[in-house]
Amino acid sequence: MLVKLAWQSLMHRRGSVLLAILSVSVSLFVLFGVEQIRSHAKDSFNRTVSGVDLIVGARTGPINLLLYSVFRMGSPSANISWQTYQRVADEPAVAWSIPISLGDSHKGYRVVGTSQDFFEHFRFGKGRPLELAQGTAFDDTLDVVLGAEVARKLGYDLGDSVVLAHGLGSTSFHNHDDRPFKVTGILQPTGTPTDQALYISLQGMEAVHDRHWDGSALEPQTITAFMLGLNSPVKTFQLQRQINTARGEPLLAILPGVALSQLWQMLRVVENILLLVAALVVLASLLGLCIMLLTSIRERRREIALLRTIGAGPLQLFLLIQIEALLVLVLGACVALSVLSIGLWIAEPLLAAHYGVYLEGSIVSEQSMQLFGIIAAATFVVTLIPAIGVYRESLKRGLEA
Amino acid sequence: MNAPAVELGEEAVALERLRYSYERGACVLDIPQWSIPKGSHLFLRGPSGSGKTTLLNLLAGMLVAPEARLEVLGQSMSALGSRRRDRFRAQHIGVVFQQFNLIPYLSVLDNLRLAAHFTGNTRDLERRASELLAELRLGQDLLQRKAAKLSVGQQQRVAIARALINRPNMLLVDEPTSALDPEARDAFAELLLQNFASSDNTLIFVSHDTTLAAHFSQRADMRELNRAWREEGSYAG
Repeated sequence: MLVKLAWQSLMHRRGSVLLAILSVSVSLFVLFGVEQIRSHAKDSFNRTVSGVDLIVGARTGPINLLLYSVFRMGSPSANISWQTYQRVADEPAVAWSIPISLGDSHKGYRVVGTSQDFFEHFRFGKGRPLELAQGTAFDDTLDVVLGAEVARKLGYDLGDSVVLAHGLGSTSFHNHDDRPFKVTGILQPTGTPTDQALYISLQGMEAVHDRHWDGSALEPQTITAFMLGLNSPVKTFQLQRQINTARGEPLLAILPGVALSQLWQMLRVVENILLLVAALVVLASLLGLCIMLLTSIRERRREIALLRTIGAGPLQLFLLIQIEALLVLVLGACVALSVLSIGLWIAEPLLAAHYGVYLEGSIVSEQSMQLFGIIAAATFVVTLIPAIGVYRESLKRGLEA
Repeated sequence: MNAPAVELGEEAVALERLRYSYERGACVLDIPQWSIPKGSHLFLRGPSGSGKTTLLNLLAGMLVAPEARLEVLGQSMSALGSRRRDRFRAQHIGVVFQQFNLIPYLSVLDNLRLAAHFTGNTRDLERRASELLAELRLGQDLLQRKAAKLSVGQQQRVAIARALINRPNMLLVDEPTSALDPEARDAFAELLLQNFASSDNTLIFVSHDTTLAAHFSQRADMRELNRAWREEGSYAG
């Protein structure tokens, strides 16, 4: 009955209540949105690479190496000679290696020169291997395998021919027009940056850059980085130290897990600031709700006196105000969550294409429920101001003639 | 339902040394001794400022005068805690005001249901509600109508229904007719008495309109009862 009374009372004051709901929903939208992007960004972050023991590149910062080798962001500082790669890959502790050669692009998507080992050994998520949705891995020098996103966005099919551009960016002045590649395979979507690249062989990479290529097999001169899988994880640190301190070409070996968490630590500051701002926005809207209730109580003095007369105790009036606040909160949350779902549905492809952030899973996660619990508690605390006001008022005042 | 059963004494109201002053204010009510026999239909005359509203608040248990002996329907009001007092009021005392007797945005039925809700007894409420409406000569179609949509006369009659829905033993009525036109006033008083007349039921009808006094078996005047009353009194009652 109290809930019904609270509901009818809110309906009666539709104008100001709608505004309060709107303000609550906007603030919750911001908070849930930030939380959503935060948790998914972290997820998709951590699932980009798995099963790789070491990533090796020219000496640079570990995060930079991670960014360009795994996330295909930023630029490599220097290349590694093929000989150096061969030497490390031949170490007895190494089970497999994936060479990576970067530098070209196709319509804004990066081109990765690599070997068959990439398809065989690269893992993402919780150790999931790459799978081809169609076709086969590259075989010939001018074969290309497309990431799922690339194929979908550019509408490529098996057998289509693709012209690569030198450098990055979707418009390039230097196209390798004379050496078109043929699509031989398309990867299954992975929800990682792997979807946003084109994969060709190292030979293909050499071929497009060699003006005098005659179709013969080429030996790569340099590569950008490589990933290593070891026979035994115990050897990881030993090999890492060995690579990092080796004489000759300066190299850097990193543990992907460690570098990922370092990177995440850096982003954490941003993440926390966003969360703080969102929390303050929510607090502001709850205070707005509190003001709305306080003014409503002034307008409803006679209503409250009447409720007292027919036997409502101060506690019940206290609860009535709390229920009203909670109803506004719940309605606001419903609006916020539905708008957010629609918004994410629209924004998801954009985020994936431009930032490599994949939003998956439902909005109603355990975390967002937890967050809602905290907000409900905060609402209760803020509403204490008007609710206690009513409580005390009702003890002092009697019937009004 | 959990409130203590009230032992109904011979007197509906018995009070001694009832003094009351609001916070930091002068004494607005001072009645050395007074009693109302059970079953009385009392017309209490009192202009504004005579302390009548304060007296009604004390009788209804909305305000408490701790030093006084005040028994309503045999129950000492100062002996009850505030929650028990609220429950006692809900179960045994009906109140009708000059205006604003109903929550405007609730339907008539919901207003009645709300009143019953605070006693904890909502059993066959709809039957009781439609019976009361019939007795008060109101159409059944009013049940679903919003209180704000009723005419003033209808509202006051529904107010009686609301006050009677819990079958109280005492009815406190404060200037219920001042919003009505003269013909409607007598009809209202008649209706009230018809529906509440019983040897157990005590009615206290407060008004400054002495033309209604003829309907009642007993009369009293606040100005004689209340020793704190002065003609040029600077307080509000």
